[in-house]
Amino acid sequence: MSLAGGWYLGLAAVLFSIGAVGLLVRRNVLIMFMCIELMLNAANLTFVTFARMLGDIGGQVLVFFVLVVAAAEVVVGLGIVVAIYRRRSTTVADDLNALKG
Amino acid sequence: MLSTSYLMLLLPLAGFLVLVAVGRRVGDPVAGWIGTVAIAGAFVVACITLAGVLHQPADHRVFLQTYFTWFHVGGLTVPVGIQVDQLSITMCMFITGVSMLIHLYSIGYMKSDRDYPKFFIYLNLFVFSMLLLVLANNLLLTFVGWEGVGVCSYWLVSYWFHKDAAASAGKKAFIYNRIGDVGFLAAIFLIFEKTGTLQYVGGPGGGVFGQAHHLSGGTATAVVLLLFLAATGKSAQIPLFNWLPDAMEGPTPVSALIHAATMVTAGVYLLCRMNHVLFLSSNGTEVIAAVGGITAFVAATIACAQQDIKKVLAFSTVSQIGYMILAVGSGAYIAAIFLMVCHAFYKGLLFLSAGSVIHGLDDEQNLKRMGALRKTMKYTTLMFTIGWLTIAGVPPLSGFWSKGDVLENVYAHYKVLWFLGLLTAVLTAYYMTRLQTLAFGGEPRWDKIGPHGEPALHTPHEPTWLMRLPLVILAFFSIIAGIFDLPWVHHYTFANWLAPVFSGTLYNDHLHSTAVWVLSLTDVAAALIGIIIAYGLWRGANVDQPALEPEFLQRVWYWDDFYDAVIGRPSQKLAAFLAWVVDARVIDGAVNGAAQLVKATGTATRKLQTGYVRNYALGIALGMAALIIFLLSRVWS
Amino acid sequence: MDQSMVLLAATRASLPDVLVFAASAAVILVGALGVVTSRNPVHAALSLVMTLFGVAVLFIEQEADFLAAVQIIVYAGAIVVLFLFVIMFLGVDRRDDIEVEPLVGQRPLAFIMIGLTLAGVITMMATAHWVTGAHQVVGPIEGHITANPTSPYGEPAQLGRQLFTTYLFAFEATAALLVIAVVGAVVLARRPPMPHDAPSDQSPPELPS
Repeated sequence: MSLAGGWYLGLAAVLFSIGAVGLLVRRNVLIMFMCIELMLNAANLTFVTFARMLGDIGGQVLVFFVLVVAAAEVVVGLGIVVAIYRRRSTTVADDLNALKG
Repeated sequence: MLSTSYLMLLLPLAGFLVLVAVGRRVGDPVAGWIGTVAIAGAFVVACITLAGVLHQPADHRVFLQTYFTWFHVGGLTVPVGIQVDQLSITMCMFITGVSMLIHLYSIGYMKSDRDYPKFFIYLNLFVFSMLLLVLANNLLLTFVGWEGVGVCSYWLVSYWFHKDAAASAGKKAFIYNRIGDVGFLAAIFLIFEKTGTLQYVGGPGGGVFGQAHHLSGGTATAVVLLLFLAATGKSAQIPLFNWLPDAMEGPTPVSALIHAATMVTAGVYLLCRMNHVLFLSSNGTEVIAAVGGITAFVAATIACAQQDIKKVLAFSTVSQIGYMILAVGSGAYIAAIFLMVCHAFYKGLLFLSAGSVIHGLDDEQNLKRMGALRKTMKYTTLMFTIGWLTIAGVPPLSGFWSKGDVLENVYAHYKVLWFLGLLTAVLTAYYMTRLQTLAFGGEPRWDKIGPHGEPALHTPHEPTWLMRLPLVILAFFSIIAGIFDLPWVHHYTFANWLAPVFSGTLYNDHLHSTAVWVLSLTDVAAALIGIIIAYGLWRGANVDQPALEPEFLQRVWYWDDFYDAVIGRPSQKLAAFLAWVVDARVIDGAVNGAAQLVKATGTATRKLQTGYVRNYALGIALGMAALIIFLLSRVWS
Repeated sequence: MDQSMVLLAATRASLPDVLVFAASAAVILVGALGVVTSRNPVHAALSLVMTLFGVAVLFIEQEADFLAAVQIIVYAGAIVVLFLFVIMFLGVDRRDDIEVEPLVGQRPLAFIMIGLTLAGVITMMATAHWVTGAHQVVGPIEGHITANPTSPYGEPAQLGRQLFTTYLFAFEATAALLVIAVVGAVVLARRPPMPHDAPSDQSPPELPS
């Protein structure tokens, strides 16, 4: 027995927006990554809520995949951060503006 | 015999192609002989065709032959074919004959010229185009030949193109011709619109002539005037005549062939061919007659004051063609054609003799530097004298009969124009005698220093037999051509021969025989008066008589200056304006402006690429917000 | 608005559920704000762990037990550890300055945009239908929410059945993705070969006798 799905969805929306604001405002690359993780979690919560509301296990399967993909993404992303740090000794996103037009 | 008539067109064309292929390699003089033989062949075929036509009974002498269809568009079918009838075979005979003689003459005249084969290439192409013009069985094919002769005239006039004057003269000739061509095209359009066909007598409904009644009065007048505009361009009448004197920059054989015997008669031929249409518009023919008469007179006055031997002859040509146009306008087509044939002989003779003089004097053309050539160039003097007397209208040479024919018909129609024609006859005799006296009479001036310090010339010498033979043949025909149409002979005459072509449109003057005799005597008197006055004025040693050669006449009644001021300079100003203001600033400005606009847009848009990932993320957020709001609006509506 | 009331009333939510939800929500939000506002990356990582725990609790609340377990093991146990690892490895655990925003207009615009998005989403949820209608597409969660509370659901068996039949292709692709990610990480993080690391033909140093 749990609450109506709307509460969970609202919570997920708020979590998502906090993560989005963090991504846009913070300059440290690692913290930006963590904000992305927040957004992914919000999405997962939404999926599970809908799985329960619709009585469909597909939602939970999708969460499973999102988890795996998030893991892979973090691995590769941190590898890139390490490589960049080795070169430039910085983890501030604003220093990486070589593609300026 | 008539089935081989296509060879008349094919042989000059073949000559042209052969010369294009090998002319430069065979050079002087074989190239000349190739060209001459081609035209001689065409002449032989013309004779055979003439025999074939004579073989037929008098009212079955129109022979049509179509070779293929050029194109078929909408309701218009244009075939490529020929129409051999009395008019076209007459034209072919004297065109091929005179061309053959002039080709022969040119072999000697153009010797040691740098581009010897090129001359004969153009000449052969010219003869082909001219024959196409007269033999065509429809208006559009005639126009092709019309354009062809115009282009060859351009090439031949500016033959010595490295001379600025010659290049400009060629352009002038072509442009004036072009202006006339607009008239021709407009006439073709009108005719097609009203009759639905362009063939003369073939095709649906009996061709243009069969349906000439479709052309109402106004349309007929328009067609006639437009065709006349074309004729003024090609035949050098007012207002498009001042290209002909400039065209004398070309070699003398060119002047003889194109600008005396053949091309300039194309306009007269066209009007004669379209006689059934001219018949429908009395207003149109009045205009034609008036312009012809006025041109004859004006050109004769100008010729009285010219100092270049070829320019005198050029204006003389304009004047004589004025007579022909006057005859056409009076409905006396046969008289016009008779004059055309005789004129081809004696004007060709005069030009070729002048060429002989020029050749003998090492290219000196100024009359004031000649004199007493009768002593050193006896043969040429004799030939030129025959030509002089013929054109002056002294009986029994052909010029008297032909000019008399024209004036007699004009008298019956327009008295004023007849009087103008008579005055012109006096002037013709005058300026030709002046020419004769200055060149061949008096005392020699060529062995003295020239008026502008030119060195004395060598003794003039006679040309080779190649150049003398055509002269004697042309002189022969100039003398005897009158027998083709003597007034008291009524069988086997030129008039009877040509009459079926002009059935119903020929003007019968119904003059009393006494009137005919009086008119003839008047003509003789006019000729004698002109000769005596000129001889008296010019035989002395003093050749500088500015009173007799006023500036006004020397400058062609300031006609060139008038065109320059009214058309030439304003056009140049307009062109400069369009080039420097409209093109450079407006059009280029618009095009460059578009490019500048794109560049400016790019520069402005570039600022979005800051290189900061967070800015790009903000862009995504922006898009997300927009999407949500859009969806909301859909949900609420 | 009335729909949310209807659904609230329809679910027979008991007090423990509400309490659990409220506590988890609080944990999640505090953790999220901690991630966003911490100056020290290590603090941020720890706040992230807090959030992940809260989400796991909510998973259990919604009968997704297996997923809750996986969330803790993978996310909190592996991914965040990896984060901390990199933070320590690179030595960026010093304080970060977040007072000054060098990019013009970034902060205000960020707040406005995200605020709009949030408001829009909430409004949509409130005014549109909760359920899209695609009911029981792939097979029911055995037993319904309001039906038998004792029947097992969110079971790994059921999840596994779907994973290995309907979503088999995606499963295999994800496996390949993991391999690629590992290889990619190894390649990316490799140190470029230094000149003095190349094998030399100098003799090994003499051993002291």
